[in-house]
Amino acid sequence: MAKHETPLLDQLESGPWPSFVSDLKQEAASRAKNEKNVEYQIPQDVVEDLLGVLELSFVHKRTHWKHGGIVGVFGYGGGVIGRYCDQPEMFPGVAHFHTMRVNQPAGKFYKTDFLRNLCDLWDFRGSGLTNMHGSTGDVILLGTTTPQLEEIFFELTHNMNQDLGGSGSNLRTPSDCVGQARCEFACYDTQALCHAMTVEYQDELHRPAFPYKFKFKFDGCPNCCVASIARSDMSFIGRWKDEIRVDQEAVQGYIGGELVPNGGAHSGRDWGAFDIQKEIIDICPTGCMTMDGKELKINNKECNCCMHCINAMPRALRIGKDTGCSILVGAKAPILDGAQMGSLLVPFISTDDPYDEIKEVIESIWDWWMEEGKNRERLGELIKRQGFQKMLDMTNIKPMPQHVQEPRTNPYIFWKSEEVPGGFDADITEFRKHHQR
Amino acid sequence: MAFVSSGYNPDKPMENRISDIGPQKFDAFYPPVIGKNKGKWLYHEILEPGVLVHVAESGDEVFTVRCGGARLMSVTHIREICELADKHCDGYLRFTTRNNIEFMVDSKDKVDALKKDLVDRKFDGGSFKFPIGGTGAGISNIVHTQGWIHCHTPASDASGTVKAAMDELFKDFQDMRLPAKLRVSMACCLNMCGAVHCSDIAILGYHRKPPMLDHEYLDKMCEIPLAIAACPTAAIKPSKVEVNGKKLNSVAVKDERCMYCGNCYTMCPSMPLANAEGDGIVLMAGGKVSNRISNPKFSKVVVAFLPNETPRWPSMTATINRMVEAYAKGANKYERVGDWAERIGWERFFDACEIDFTHHLIDDFRDAAYYTWRQTTNFKL
Repeated sequence: MAKHETPLLDQLESGPWPSFVSDLKQEAASRAKNEKNVEYQIPQDVVEDLLGVLELSFVHKRTHWKHGGIVGVFGYGGGVIGRYCDQPEMFPGVAHFHTMRVNQPAGKFYKTDFLRNLCDLWDFRGSGLTNMHGSTGDVILLGTTTPQLEEIFFELTHNMNQDLGGSGSNLRTPSDCVGQARCEFACYDTQALCHAMTVEYQDELHRPAFPYKFKFKFDGCPNCCVASIARSDMSFIGRWKDEIRVDQEAVQGYIGGELVPNGGAHSGRDWGAFDIQKEIIDICPTGCMTMDGKELKINNKECNCCMHCINAMPRALRIGKDTGCSILVGAKAPILDGAQMGSLLVPFISTDDPYDEIKEVIESIWDWWMEEGKNRERLGELIKRQGFQKMLDMTNIKPMPQHVQEPRTNPYIFWKSEEVPGGFDADITEFRKHHQR
Repeated sequence: MAFVSSGYNPDKPMENRISDIGPQKFDAFYPPVIGKNKGKWLYHEILEPGVLVHVAESGDEVFTVRCGGARLMSVTHIREICELADKHCDGYLRFTTRNNIEFMVDSKDKVDALKKDLVDRKFDGGSFKFPIGGTGAGISNIVHTQGWIHCHTPASDASGTVKAAMDELFKDFQDMRLPAKLRVSMACCLNMCGAVHCSDIAILGYHRKPPMLDHEYLDKMCEIPLAIAACPTAAIKPSKVEVNGKKLNSVAVKDERCMYCGNCYTMCPSMPLANAEGDGIVLMAGGKVSNRISNPKFSKVVVAFLPNETPRWPSMTATINRMVEAYAKGANKYERVGDWAERIGWERFFDACEIDFTHHLIDDFRDAAYYTWRQTTNFKL
């Protein structure tokens, strides 16, 4: 017999998609039974009360959570989000229901022994509910009480060699795509770079010293599976600068229909025979491809690496060999002045360990933002407020046409005194000798 | 429920303290076939919806079976995932950016048993535990935020809207009939922890009423300057009010300047803004993050408001369905939703999707608005 009736939530148990309601119920039942005799450190009926308060939200069409106060672990300014229920008498099990962010491994690969240990810890000291994973990338441990926070942190660090992630005005937990681990499109080792930057900047990740949040995301190629270009203050997107490798025989295989185009991605509909002219050459955004008899020719100098032809003919075309990444900066969600996409700062940079060039760019950006950024001002907003040119000054990066979609349409250039011969200190007396008042 | 110590000594928090160690090193979690062939993959193919093979220079193959998952997941469910990974995948697995679960095996012989084991598992309520799909020109899992399960500013639920939407879109999770991939995402308030601003279809929770003012407690509960500073549109100013004959320091909100972001509520619990009639769903469409063929694009607001129809949001799912079907019918191969809308013109998008165009959809927010108005005679009647 359930502790709370949940007729509205019950309607979300039907249908094919995995039901979170069914999962919550199975967790509630598991805690009630407690077959493993766990000495639960937070209320045993926490999940039942969570179902109850969620049902109430479905009735009221309003949340029943209050914003948390300051909770955390000693020495860290992030990684824990305080949360309290606004109906603690009705739902005492979730009266205190704090979240902990656990820094996920790059690439989100796991071994089951690690996950099991995490489950055991969270069963024992938390609600047994998680997010696999949160939007930023962390494993989210959802719901525990204040006295458990240090205990969980102690066990994570001592028994699992595992740290918390970021929250607040910190470096947020970096995240990456599957990369070279299992993708032939990846132009650099996203996991290696993601992990290296996470470890290098632990202090920035745990101790708030920034004007606001700061996100790194690492995409292996311009397909941007981890959406770095839209949602990270600093986006690292893989790129090659030499030639697409072409296997002409495989090109003929696609033309002749022996190879399945698009790696089979369009096989749910009969789109007709693969037509290389129509599907590749004509819609290549730079028009840099032609068929010369039986040979596919690519004018690589004009290619912008959009990935379409490679996505469509993965067995015939491969990314180049001289690879690295581009760095784009300032992406963020709309609040406040509208959404911002990442803007290109570094067209191409080496991704070789120990990543000194990349660190130099990161640190020069941070120096500027920490000096000039207002409270709660994201990097993208600072770039807008002080100007793209200011960012180039502060990072010592030379302006180039790649930086703009098009040059400015107004001539209102703010010249600097030193750019104009003689500077701004003109002599009015000298001027008046030749120009009467 | 006796307190069990981990070994942490609250009197000496620095004793034996371990900090700043970061996450696990990723390569400790690579399945052997991944560790061996990393950086040497030749090509991949989607063998059927949800099943991929990647072939390496060495001739090795890795077969991946991708399953949908609710990102809200219990340890019981994770243990079941572990059991499956131990049984079929030598104890390895991974999660994707879109909250899918990937089970990998190193030979084709192992795929059928794995698939069968996954498909056979259902929750007591009848839904699949591990539906296979989410690849190619179809609809993958919806990335989303916390919603009513755990957040203080949501204008809608996240897990509920996503479950309702994915039940409707389920056939396209397991099919690849669309002109290109179609990415759906959900964020439960305009702060967009879930960054839904570049999705083919975005579900966004939205408040429509300014915060209420709990004058009696406001000065006691809040730092008034912080609440004022939190407002992105400078709609809040200090004020003096009289409650029950007592003069109190409080704030006043200029209603017409409020954008309902809830940032003041984050700073000041005496300014709640959740409201059953005010809160609901905004639908956006036509965004993408990929650089393939066309540049990344922001999503555009196509439906200004739909009410929170718990528990299954039928108006929302019906509108999403109409968009998906119109796109499936009208777009050329490789066109994303936004590319299609731009080619046919947004005026035709509203026709094709049978969505009413209302004044709310014309941008009037700051400078960027101007660039979205029609400044050409190249339009369709």
